[in-house]
Amino acid sequence: MPRKEITSGNWAFAEAMRQIDPDVVAAYPITPSTDIIMKFAEFVANGKVETNFVTVESEHSAITACVTASAAGARVMTASSANGVALMHEIFPIAGCFRTPIVFGLVNRSVGAPINIHCDHSDSMGQRDLGWIHLYCEDAQEAYDSAIMAVRLSENNDVLTPVFVCQDGFITSHGFEPVEYLDDETVKNFVGEREPLNSLLDVDNPVSYGSFAMSEYYFEIKRQQIEANKKALELYDGIAKEYEAVSGRYYPMIDCYRTEDADHVIVIMSSASGAVKDVVDEMRDKGHKVGCLRIRMFRPFPKEAVAAALKGKKAVAVLDRCLSLGGTAPLVAEVRSALYASGEMIPTNSCIYGLGGRDFFPQYAEDIFMDLINGKISPEERYIGLLE
Amino acid sequence: MSDCKNWKEMKDVGKPKKWQDVPMGGIAYGASAENVETGQWRSIRPVWNEEECISCMLCWVQCPDRSITTDENGKVTGIDYFYCKGCGICAHVCPKKAIEMRPEADFA
Repeated sequence: MPRKEITSGNWAFAEAMRQIDPDVVAAYPITPSTDIIMKFAEFVANGKVETNFVTVESEHSAITACVTASAAGARVMTASSANGVALMHEIFPIAGCFRTPIVFGLVNRSVGAPINIHCDHSDSMGQRDLGWIHLYCEDAQEAYDSAIMAVRLSENNDVLTPVFVCQDGFITSHGFEPVEYLDDETVKNFVGEREPLNSLLDVDNPVSYGSFAMSEYYFEIKRQQIEANKKALELYDGIAKEYEAVSGRYYPMIDCYRTEDADHVIVIMSSASGAVKDVVDEMRDKGHKVGCLRIRMFRPFPKEAVAAALKGKKAVAVLDRCLSLGGTAPLVAEVRSALYASGEMIPTNSCIYGLGGRDFFPQYAEDIFMDLINGKISPEERYIGLLE
Repeated sequence: MSDCKNWKEMKDVGKPKKWQDVPMGGIAYGASAENVETGQWRSIRPVWNEEECISCMLCWVQCPDRSITTDENGKVTGIDYFYCKGCGICAHVCPKKAIEMRPEADFA
């Protein structure tokens, strides 16, 4: 029987880890993801899991241990945030290329400096092109559910790509809300046993990882990773529907909230989409045809689905909780590219919000919608809630 | 995705002709150091003098590869040039100077 608890995003993710009972967890704590590993360490200490829990001296070592354990055929999970994620940077593309599935609880926090513990997406966005799948969760329930689904996606032998399950630091990770947990048996059956290809521990079929690939084959191996991303896009929905069958909750790659007949749409990710959806309801009541498109899967980017959801809109605003200093913020760059490629020349405002945990108020969403409605469209970046 | 997912399929594939032929993630199937001819790297060659050798096994211990060959009684029998990279550690540690490093050119 499913049970409901008042809990946090971090504890919900840790509970998913307990139920998944991974073979190996190697981790090093950093705020705000520390809580995940603290809670999981408690499960280890109390004999609630059979996991080999490896405590290491840095995030670089943590992710290295995860990659090698996964290459050995283990089911592997870990968690980190911010500069911890940044320290893992060198190893992420190796995990991607070695095709070592890992489910990673990434609790989004701004990358210093200035040092700051609060949420923005600069940590995960710094890792966006390294061959990892990125899922961005709106709330604690979704973080829990995504952890379980991510195991299946990551370990699928046509995908074999590590997954970041992102949730907003403090807002989701430390906020308490009701979360419905599946029973242990259901989770166990859903995730099944990993059937590794090319396990280092399969001594009858020996393999070597980490071989040299110069100009002759490097490109071909990258092409295989592109294929794995295409497969992830193709297979994701089947896994989400299977999960719906056991949980009653369905998480599409993109969450279209009242967008179908909308003229004006805000595109956003993670927790702030809740405020936008509320504003959509209020403005709908006043007769404005507005909607919210929440991007849940950022890598691989579901560009066709995004273009289809925005087709024919009068104008959209894309809200990034991250900068690309000197360039175009990551989400708006993807959305504009998807629209251009599909022949949709829709005016697009680019809005930066929430850096370093700056609050995002419903009034901001309303102002952004009103700019779209009043034709205040311009190519320059806008800064929401900035002192100016 | 590589079509070539396991080492058994690899045996007759030969040189990859398309991206699908390349082993996934650059993994080397069926490979182990045992099959890798690191001797190709060698520019100087250790030459073992059986007369001087006392089989103290210092060279065997210090060899970073598996290039010092022994018999069933634990006596040194020579150098395996398939593996020997020519690092010269064996010659350096030999208390009897029973190993001499000579340029590969001498053997061309």
